[in-house]
Amino acid sequence: MIASSRILPLLLVAPALAIVALLFVYPLGYSIATAFQDRGGAWTLANFVTAWSFYGRDVGFSALIVLLSTALVGAVAVAIGGYLVLGTTRWAVAALAWLYRWPLFVPFIIAAQCMRTFLAKNGLMNNSLIAAGLMPPEAAQGFLDWRGIVITFVWKQAPFATLMVAGAMAALDRGTIDAARNLGASRLRILLEIVVPQVRPTLMVALILSCVTMMSVLSVPLMLSGQSPTMMTVQMAYRINQHGDYGVANALGLISYLMTALVAWVYLRETLRERAA
Amino acid sequence: MTLSRGGLWILRAAGIGILAYAVFGPLANLLIWSFAEAWFWPNKLPSQWGFRFWDYVFRPTGRAMEALTLSLLIAMLTVALSLAVAVPAGYALARGRLPWRPIIMLAFLLPQAFPSLPVYINVARIFYGFGLNGTVTGVVLVHASHGLVFAVWIATAAFAAIDRELEHAARNLGASALRTFLTVTLPLATPGLIASAIFVFLESLDEFTGSFFVGAPEVRTLPLEMFTASMGGNYQISSITALILLVPSIAFMLVVERFLKGEVLAKVGA
Repeated sequence: MIASSRILPLLLVAPALAIVALLFVYPLGYSIATAFQDRGGAWTLANFVTAWSFYGRDVGFSALIVLLSTALVGAVAVAIGGYLVLGTTRWAVAALAWLYRWPLFVPFIIAAQCMRTFLAKNGLMNNSLIAAGLMPPEAAQGFLDWRGIVITFVWKQAPFATLMVAGAMAALDRGTIDAARNLGASRLRILLEIVVPQVRPTLMVALILSCVTMMSVLSVPLMLSGQSPTMMTVQMAYRINQHGDYGVANALGLISYLMTALVAWVYLRETLRERAA
Repeated sequence: MTLSRGGLWILRAAGIGILAYAVFGPLANLLIWSFAEAWFWPNKLPSQWGFRFWDYVFRPTGRAMEALTLSLLIAMLTVALSLAVAVPAGYALARGRLPWRPIIMLAFLLPQAFPSLPVYINVARIFYGFGLNGTVTGVVLVHASHGLVFAVWIATAAFAAIDRELEHAARNLGASALRTFLTVTLPLATPGLIASAIFVFLESLDEFTGSFFVGAPEVRTLPLEMFTASMGGNYQISSITALILLVPSIAFMLVVERFLKGEVLAKVGA
């Protein structure tokens, strides 16, 4: 029986582990090693020099886009989740709960296609705002640049973070919330000082997962912004497809691993410090 | 500052309205493009509506239909492969006494912790050496390596949420370990396993980056066709293709809570 056997559980896990090892861990190690090799296989740092001098601006651009999008995703998730837990107007809570999750499983590539038309200078957004008299026609401008990328990321990723955060908020003990309310605390204060600190771990996990996901999306920057600087994913694909240059592409890849690792490290350090305190 | 009741009501309604516009506006634009036979600047809406491009996409000999069939085949193979390895793994992780269990759980977290694009580039390079590039097998393997992670997590949670007493009762009544698993444990875990199957299916159906590096140009999945049409400025074709891909995504969003119960979700990652 499985509970008493030592070998059987390992055998059951082995195939799944083997797939992860062969199709993820091995290529990951391979990409890190290739980043330090020239085309002949000799060890070098030249790839990083090239990557930085050609694509340094794209690295900074990617970092800013992802950080800004992550911050906005967090703000939206806390705002919607907070209203779902603390809101007292029943119809508004129900409408919000029904509304927010629509983009949840919409793939990035479809979100990009939607936004590509919606945010264009002659897209539905400008046209409907002009038709509604909310904006003069001459004020219309296209958002197909860094702003379009951020909007698409937030549109697609906020429902996911909200789902996780709202779930954690709903599971909280109502006692402290009700007590604070009885003492006359405003709902905004309850949200920021009582609810958010308690769901912080869930919020952080949701934001880190979102951050990693956005770091590796290719379709959104490809379809929404043809300008330079662009995101690193676009430049990695370009190095491979146009130059067959795995060294520089992998150097950029390693930089993107380090960027997400930095985010995870900051989070881990903070959790450990909190636990120690 | 206090607002009157009417003022608050208007404020709330406006907030919900703006959110509805932000959520459905982009989707509405997709829908409009799919029925637009002619839409040129400066017209605010298409000057000619119709099903012409739908006919074009749904022609039995059309490339989109071929791509849809291929995408469905790849998604089903991915689900089969992922569940075949994830169900035993999930059961062992939930019930067995595994040495280094935290490390094994961490291994199934890895693919979510690193940006996947650079990994796909190198998978493609490795596959090239094995002749797997541009083959359905190669694309299924790439999709499975990613879908597997969700499948293992959800399967582990689904098995962990089952009351052990039920299994003990079956064993005490003389059922074998295998029979207990097949007639008690597995049926109880089925809703969770269905959820993970749908999840993996959608992941595969919508996957773009991995297919782009490993599959293209030989294996043309629906998202790749959509991308090509969109970059070629053919917004009608790309919008209709996007709508085909959206149907299963929206359907799953509407039913997800029926399969993923709170008590299973609470065990994810535990």
